[in-house]
Parts: sequence; structure tokens; C-alpha cells
Amino acid sequence: MTTLKERKGAQQESSNPKLERSARRRESWRGFFHAAPAYVYLTVFFTLPLLIVFVFSFASRSRTGRPELEGWNLDSWARLGEPLVRTIVVRSFTMAIFNTLLCLLIAYPFAYWIATRARQSTRTLLLVAVLIPFWSNFLVRTYAWRMLLDSDGYITQIGEFTGLWGRMLFTAPAVFIGLVYGYLPFMVLPLYAALERMDWSLVEAGRDLFASGPKAFRKITLPLSKPGIIAGSILVFIPSLGAYVTPDILGGAKTTLLGNYIVTQFGSARNWPFGSALSGAILFVMLLATVAYFRTGGRTV
Amino acid sequence: MTLHQGAVARPWVERILAINGWFVFAFLYLPIMVVVVFSFSGSSNVGIWGGFSLRWYDQMLGNQQLMNALKNSIVIALWSTVIATVLGTAAALSLDRYRRWVGRGAFDGLLYLPIIIPDVTMAVMLLLWFTQTGLVPLGRTSITLAHIAFNISFVAIVVRARLAHMDPEMEDAAADLYAGRWQAFRRVTLPLILPGVLGGALLALTLSLDDVVITSFVQGPGATTLPVYVFGLIRRSVTPEINAVSTFMIAISMVLVLGSLGFQRRSEKDD
Repeated sequence: MTTLKERKGAQQESSNPKLERSARRRESWRGFFHAAPAYVYLTVFFTLPLLIVFVFSFASRSRTGRPELEGWNLDSWARLGEPLVRTIVVRSFTMAIFNTLLCLLIAYPFAYWIATRARQSTRTLLLVAVLIPFWSNFLVRTYAWRMLLDSDGYITQIGEFTGLWGRMLFTAPAVFIGLVYGYLPFMVLPLYAALERMDWSLVEAGRDLFASGPKAFRKITLPLSKPGIIAGSILVFIPSLGAYVTPDILGGAKTTLLGNYIVTQFGSARNWPFGSALSGAILFVMLLATVAYFRTGGRTV
Repeated sequence: MTLHQGAVARPWVERILAINGWFVFAFLYLPIMVVVVFSFSGSSNVGIWGGFSLRWYDQMLGNQQLMNALKNSIVIALWSTVIATVLGTAAALSLDRYRRWVGRGAFDGLLYLPIIIPDVTMAVMLLLWFTQTGLVPLGRTSITLAHIAFNISFVAIVVRARLAHMDPEMEDAAADLYAGRWQAFRRVTLPLILPGVLGGALLALTLSLDDVVITSFVQGPGATTLPVYVFGLIRRSVTPEINAVSTFMIAISMVLVLGSLGFQRRSEKDD
């Protein structure tokens, strides 16, 4: 058995290329060996299922709704252009984009506030305070809003008392509130990470050079926190595009989003190929967003 | 560095920052608190306070279906956590310790996908996989296999963060003292990354206990989990019993999260 010391010695011995090469090969094999179990597992239970979705999006549908692989066609993909589908797609994208923007609008000053206005020790505490509701069950958190927004819920009572709003449950605003509530922490954490790491002496330098506060923010702080903005936006946008639980519990027939529509295809509508095509479309958007993220030099979370 | 990083802004900006901050905390906590408070209300009307009572908890404990679902949840969570922790830790080691091996880049990317993919798409993928290959019948096993698939990634990320803080020279030092590879891992690496491993495991446990969408797709007859059962209840109607179950679930995840953060924080202090 070779020890780590031998490996290290072999690496340093650059005068012997043959030994170096064999050490590198052994090194490479060890790395693969460690990854192998997870690699195999994810290939079997993630990559292959992902490919199957695309395969079945071209399948035809039998009378019982089960997909049949004979008779390949593009019907399911063509259906993505139907008016109803287009309405749902547009609605989902609108909802996801607005959710991302609102989360950014709330989370940026919030993360900035924690990163710059709290003491070091308090900062960790405040961050934990954000994490706790974040990790408690998503379903339970959504359910809480169902209680608050129903006809005798507190939010509705406040709205009726002030005359500003009525019962919001089963409408688009309710879904919107639920989405912001569900995904806000996804935005806070990367933003905080980016702002926390920032070199604040740059801002001071900017101010010394007579930049106004807003200008220093726009020219220094904002660009430096861009990785956090991008990471947070992707982390909010993608899951809200596929949201299912929130619109299911808080929304109604007029707020069906892509996630619900897909579930319907695998449930009552019994059209698995069409459901696969819809999922495939989401996966495609997701992969595009991820590639864009890595291209902008992300991976900072 | 002063308390205020960056310059102190104009008073109204400072005020907006503070108001927004407290608003976010209120926004995050008030809804959960309403659920917790009303789980102790004696009234059978969800939104009306009917005096302190534990009757809904009593009803919860007497609900056989619910207790079965809870048992399934625990068994599935434990199995998926143990397996995902072993695989995820090995995966983190392979990425952190070995910089060059065939397929490393692809593996690195693959590891992130289960985290960002929407639940619904992953659920659809796995449902098609299980039903079309027919290798595993839908039931507790298929749920466990699905949970492992998303938990590996989360464990790997937490452990990798811990490994990044660790000095690889430690292992070399062990090797200098004639420790074999396994011995070096067992005696040096593992104790040092243990807080990360345990933190990742608790996170995996939480995620498994919380999952609704993926589980509801790959579940089989008679093998549902607690969140999926509760989801069914919520879709039908809102009852005070759901408040009690919700409070119970919040308590579980809170204990697990605080435990996970505790492990990770202790690991930071050691550095």
C-alpha cells in the first residue's frame, strides 16, 4: 500500500517524468474511486431519469393515458404553442420574474442591513433567524398563509377594516405572497455572502475621491455584489417557475402555473407525454440559466 | 473597521434600511407564530381563540393514518440520510482532495443540478423512471431512493465547505508518521470534517422529512409520508388538527436545523 508521503514525494520529484506520470494516474484513479458511488447513483437516479423525460416527450399516448414508445411524434411539443398552454407559460414566467424582482427588492436592503449595520456577533444570530423559518417545512409555511388570507384570517380582517383589500385567498396576489414568502431566503443568503465578503475600503476610497453616497453605491457596492444578485436570482427564479405547492394551496383555477399544469398531466389529465414535454421545457430553461450563471463566473454561493 | 461598513447614509436611508429589516423578520415569523399559537386553541374554528387546550394534539396522536405516515417518514428519512451521507461525503472528498481525474468537471456540475432543479420536474423524472423501468415498485423503497438522489448533493456541498477550511497538510503529517490511507482518514480527516458531515446529515434528514412534491409522485399504495398526508388534509379543508401537526413539524425541523448549525458553527470555532 502506498502512503500519502510516497505520493507527495513522487509529485515533487519532477526530474523523473515517468514516476510523475504514474503518480498522477494513480491520483486520478483515486479521485474517481471516491466519487464513483455517488457518480453511479446520480447517473442512475438523476441523469437517466432526466433523459427519459425527453424520450417520453416524443412518445404517443394510449387510450389509458399510458405513454407508448411506438409512434414517435412531435405532438406534445407542438402543443406548447396552444393558446391555453401559452397563457399558462406566460403567467408562470411573469409570476417567476416578478417574484424574483420583488425578492431582490426586499432582500438587497435586508442583506445590506445585516452585513453592514450589525455587529459581527449579532450578524450570525440574525442570519440564523433567517434560516430557521427557511428550513421549517415549506408546506407548513404555505399553510400559514392560507389561514391568514382566508375570509376570517387576520390579513383579510385588516384589509376589510382599512377598506384596502378583501379576501385574497385563491387569487393571484395570494400566490404571489406565498412565493415571495417561500423563496425570499434563497435571495437573502447569496446576497449576504457577497456583501459580507466585500472589501469595504473600496467604498471608503470612493468616498474619499468625493463620490456621493448613492454614486459610490452604484459604482462600487452594486457591481461588487453582482455575483450574489445573479446567484440569488437563479435560486429564486428556477423554483418559482416550477412552483406547485404554493399555487395549489393558495391559488385557484385562474392561477394555474406550469408546475400545477404538469402535475395535472400526470394526474387527472393522464397525458404523460405532454407532461414530459412541459417538464422538458422547464429543464431546458433551467440548464440555460445554469450555463449563463457559470459563464458569468458564478459559483460563489 | 467601524461598526458601520461603508459610509453612514442619510438619516432617511438608515431609517428605511432598519424598517425594511424589521419588516422582513416580522414577515418571516408572524405567519408561523399564528399557526403555533392557534394549535393550542380549544376552538374548532381555526381562526378563533378558544382558550388554551391540547385537544388537537390529542386528536393528532389518536389519528392512526397520520401515525403510520409519521413512521414511514422517519424510516425513509433515516435510511436516505445514512446512505446519502456516506455517498455525499465520499463525493466531497473526491472533489476537494483530487484535483484532476477523468469526468471531474461533469461530476461537479451534476452534483449541483438536483439542488436547483424544480421539485416538480425531478418528481416527473423519477416517476417515469420507476414506472417505465419497473425495477423498483412504487412504495417506501422508491421514496427512499428518490430522497437519496437529492440528499447526496446537499451533504456533498456542506462537507465540501468544511473540507475547504481544512489543511491537507494534516493528512500528509499523518502519512509522515506512517499512517496508512485508511488510518489517516479514520484518525485525522474524519474527526476534522465530522462537524460538516453531521451538519450535512441533519440537513439531509430535514429535507427528507419535509419533501412533499417528489414523494407524492413516487409513493405507492399505503406508503405515504407525513408531509404528503398533511398536504392531502390541507387540500381538503383547514382544520385545527393541521395546526397541531404543523407545529409538531416546525418543532422537529427547528431542532434539526439548530443542531445542524451548531455542528457547523463548532467546526468554524475549531479553525
